Amino acid sequence: MVIADQTKEPFIALQNVSKHYRNHHAVDSLSLSVNKGESLALIGHNGAGKTTLLKLILGLTRPNTGSIKVNGEVPSQTSDRKSIAFLPEIVSFPGSMTGKELITFYARLKNRPESECNKLLELVGLTDAVSKKVETYSKGMRQRLGLAQALLGEPELILLDEPTSGLDPSLRKKFYNIIEDCKSTGTTILISSHALSEIETRIDRVAILKRGRLVIHGSLDELRTAADLPVQIRVSTLSGQTPIVSDVLKPETPWRKFNDHCIEFDCHQDEKLSVLQNLSRIPSGVTDIEILPPRLDELYIHFAGEENES
Amino acid sequence: MKPILVMALAEIQEGIRNRWVIASILLLLVLAASLTLLGSTPVGITKASLLSVTMVSLTSLSIYLIPLIALMLAFDAIVGESERGTLLLLLTYPIRRWQIIIGKFLGHLSILAIAIFLGYGLVALYFVFDDVGTAQEWLGYLLMMGSSLLLGAVFIALGYLVSVIVQQRATATGISLVLWLFIVVFYDLILLGALLADKSHIIQSKLLAVLILFNPADVYRLFNLTGSDISALASGMSGITQSDLLSPVTLIMTLIIWLLIPLMLSIYIFQKREV
Repeated sequence: MVIADQTKEPFIALQNVSKHYRNHHAVDSLSLSVNKGESLALIGHNGAGKTTLLKLILGLTRPNTGSIKVNGEVPSQTSDRKSIAFLPEIVSFPGSMTGKELITFYARLKNRPESECNKLLELVGLTDAVSKKVETYSKGMRQRLGLAQALLGEPELILLDEPTSGLDPSLRKKFYNIIEDCKSTGTTILISSHALSEIETRIDRVAILKRGRLVIHGSLDELRTAADLPVQIRVSTLSGQTPIVSDVLKPETPWRKFNDHCIEFDCHQDEKLSVLQNLSRIPSGVTDIEILPPRLDELYIHFAGEENES
Repeated sequence: MKPILVMALAEIQEGIRNRWVIASILLLLVLAASLTLLGSTPVGITKASLLSVTMVSLTSLSIYLIPLIALMLAFDAIVGESERGTLLLLLTYPIRRWQIIIGKFLGHLSILAIAIFLGYGLVALYFVFDDVGTAQEWLGYLLMMGSSLLLGAVFIALGYLVSVIVQQRATATGISLVLWLFIVVFYDLILLGALLADKSHIIQSKLLAVLILFNPADVYRLFNLTGSDISALASGMSGITQSDLLSPVTLIMTLIIWLLIPLMLSIYIFQKREV
């Protein structure tokens, strides 16, 4: 094993980590590292071990074998956790308290001033509801309150478990904007999600889990290379002229006709350029060419399979 | 120290917000007031004064009510937070697990203290205006309030023990109710039955004393009903064993042990609990 250079030591380093409950392997000999300031998405079926992995990193539970280091320390109940924040998948705050009271409680535990509470409540857009009881909050408001507590004390590491489930599209966008702001100040972000289409453009790397094992991890491009999935090419033509496209394709290429002016076909990454050259030689009639690289959900199904949890 | 205080304050705040505090005060106040008014109707000439009679009635009431209030405050403490998901979140904050238990304990104890001292204290005002009771009787009344709080503390700790062991809130509710029924009702019935059936007197007074020490509610009862000669007279308990095993100091020490064991056991089990 090569010992990493001190300056490049990953912020989170897991080595051969296993965690099992009774007869169930929640996490199985998993090795993974995340650098400081990086954002990583954990994706996998329900029960693939995402939440257990987050708990291990938070030090809420200990691995049966293997080692975990977060910022050079073994995470545990006693370690300094002022710089780590968490947003659980399901959290229902006591309803009889107001939003302000709750965030103040968490701020006091983290030794943060009350002024920060107001600032964060404003950031997540809850200023008007601070003195209302949490039981009157909508799901989105509760989730934003959860986000506000996670941002207390400018944490170095934020772990988010399914953060956008139940948020409407505009809130999701706002949510990711806030997360991106954190990232720009060097915060490391771990996000577990099923919302693949919305995270794919917002994270640096992806780790796909299946039954507690790490199937693959890397950037989206690395995953695409490894998957070797075909690129989709969609060509629009003038109405009724799609044969001019299908004629220049290799005869064995299966193509799908959307309607009388749009045709789509799969193309291997290596052949993409020559296919495009052929298309560009079509003298007239082509109005648009779209190249669609495999998306995260396709990559996910390729690596993790379509099966559901057992 | 600070996380404990933050936790305790949050519990008190929540207790006020969800009306637990006001409900407990009112419950104790209304019942204590009705007992006082009942006790003040002339029932013939006794050597005991009104204050002592009231105190004895309040003791009998507290034996049932205080454990119930304490258990209802406490059974939810860990398992409830666990079900709501707030426990997972709380544990990621700079607070240790023992601090959570101790903080919650201080918070719940304060709620109970407010309820007992306001509920029973306001009733005592009635006697102040009527100028009844000797200094010794007043001391007895104060000791009754203090020991009621201690009894409550024991049952808060027992509630936590239930709360850290079980995985579901509903289970905790059930176990707490059974615990309450057993300690304050069935234990004495079983003991009484055994004494009645025991024709050959196998159960000596020493053994009886020990059996009583094994039940915190009985310990509390004995402390308040035999603590002074007057209350013993008023309660008709003056005949019970005068052995050293059941001296007031022993009784209070026993209650403290009854508090510490479940409290420390709760912390120990909570440390081991998977979240």
